[in-house]
Amino acid sequence: MTRWAMIADLRACVGCQTCTAACRHANDTPPGVQWRRVLDMEFGEYPDVQRAFVPTGCQHCDDPPCMEVCPTTATKKRTDGIVTIDYDLCIGCAYCAVACPYQARYKTERPTFAYGKPIDSERKRRDDSRLGVATKCTFCVERIDAGLEKGQVPGVDPEATPACVNSCIAQALAFGDVDDPESNVSKLLEENSHFRMHEELGTGPGFYYLWDRKE
Amino acid sequence: MNATRGSFGPRAWHQASWDWRAAANFVCGGAGAGLIAVCGLSSALGRPAPWPTLLGVLLVGFGLFAVWLEIGRPMRALHVFFNPRTSWMSREAFVAALLLPGGVAAAAGLPGFATVAALLALCFVWCQARILKAARGIPAWRQTSLVPLIVFTGLAEGTGLALVAALAHGHPARVVFTLAVLLATLAIVRWLAWLAYRRRLEPQADPRALAALDSASQPLLWAGTFAPTVLVAFVALFTVALGDSGRMATGSALLLALAGLGAIASGMLFKFTLVTRAAYNQGFALTRLPVRGARR
Repeated sequence: MTRWAMIADLRACVGCQTCTAACRHANDTPPGVQWRRVLDMEFGEYPDVQRAFVPTGCQHCDDPPCMEVCPTTATKKRTDGIVTIDYDLCIGCAYCAVACPYQARYKTERPTFAYGKPIDSERKRRDDSRLGVATKCTFCVERIDAGLEKGQVPGVDPEATPACVNSCIAQALAFGDVDDPESNVSKLLEENSHFRMHEELGTGPGFYYLWDRKE
Repeated sequence: MNATRGSFGPRAWHQASWDWRAAANFVCGGAGAGLIAVCGLSSALGRPAPWPTLLGVLLVGFGLFAVWLEIGRPMRALHVFFNPRTSWMSREAFVAALLLPGGVAAAAGLPGFATVAALLALCFVWCQARILKAARGIPAWRQTSLVPLIVFTGLAEGTGLALVAALAHGHPARVVFTLAVLLATLAIVRWLAWLAYRRRLEPQADPRALAALDSASQPLLWAGTFAPTVLVAFVALFTVALGDSGRMATGSALLLALAGLGAIASGMLFKFTLVTRAAYNQGFALTRLPVRGARR
């Protein structure tokens, strides 16, 4: 089996938001919608303070709460772990948005553009099927599927890898098959201490955070 | 950004997906379903209540209409029936599709439909409670202990509405007292359900969510529990003392109407608060902070 997953190395991320920009460019998300966002977190009190940049988005859970609650079956999980939304089925009830513990889902009611009026690229790529429905990170599923058809390896071949991972300037993001013990992500998980967000909720996120090297 | 309790991470923020329209479904739908359930009980005891049943249907219908106004693709609303296998929203829709005509049939006096509508109404309010519980992104909603609280709130509101309707129709004191005692009992059970819910929620919820719920719990205690219980007891003692067993005296009727209105208004306020003011998510939490200066 294949289980696609993403890894964010919290030691490496510098919060440059290049992944956010790359995602927005690749997926043409409107202003305010960030399928891949990077949180800028500060902890502690002066002088003992620390800062962490935390890439987040849809965690493509093993047991996605969004899929369970969806009344339309618009949200589905593929056998490779990717959680998808069928925009033609979704009614935009936003139940998935309140069920998601990762605040990964967005609903845009009307077309919005970066500069008020649409620029050429926004006009060309406008997709009204995404209005009034839930949207979220897809792990760039079209790139993965197209790459696999060409015999490429997602996470290794850039053409078959999510845009955010390709763009990361610090190699903080990695993508691959965690069910393959020889994959890049399996090795990273083996060599490093890691955790998943809100793991206590039993969602089984497909998004891992590295925080230290294993002894 | 401030650290949340027990872990690292930014503060939680309030969900922005469901507003008053979604809240109206829980507020009106719960009260309406509670009313239909009580009317079914009344009918089973030999006193059909067609107009209150119809009012219940209208309330449920209004709640569903309000939530229809909120969805992004209203013309596809029928897709809501596609996932009864796992989604409580789909199940609620199926129950509503049976409850609305069933309630109308009960209001029209068709035999047997009052009981059917009452059972469907109980299913409806149960579905509403489970809708909230299934929302794992909102700590104040995902508690198992919220389910009985929502169910008993709906039933208490419905009984309050039935009591006011019975007073308005000048029903005999025996009927009114039965409803009043049921109201006082449900109000107390609802308060106990609130206490259990509040205790379990404490370690998980954002302090602002707890503050919002606590502020709504004051009307729930005083207007929704204490007042109905005391007023019902007072009117019962007064009536027994006077040996009055016929029509309700005007003063007693007003006091019981107040008891009913208190139970209704406080329950509605609580549910509205739960959806629109206490629905903080849990933010993001890092169980470990990244090690700095270490070789990768």
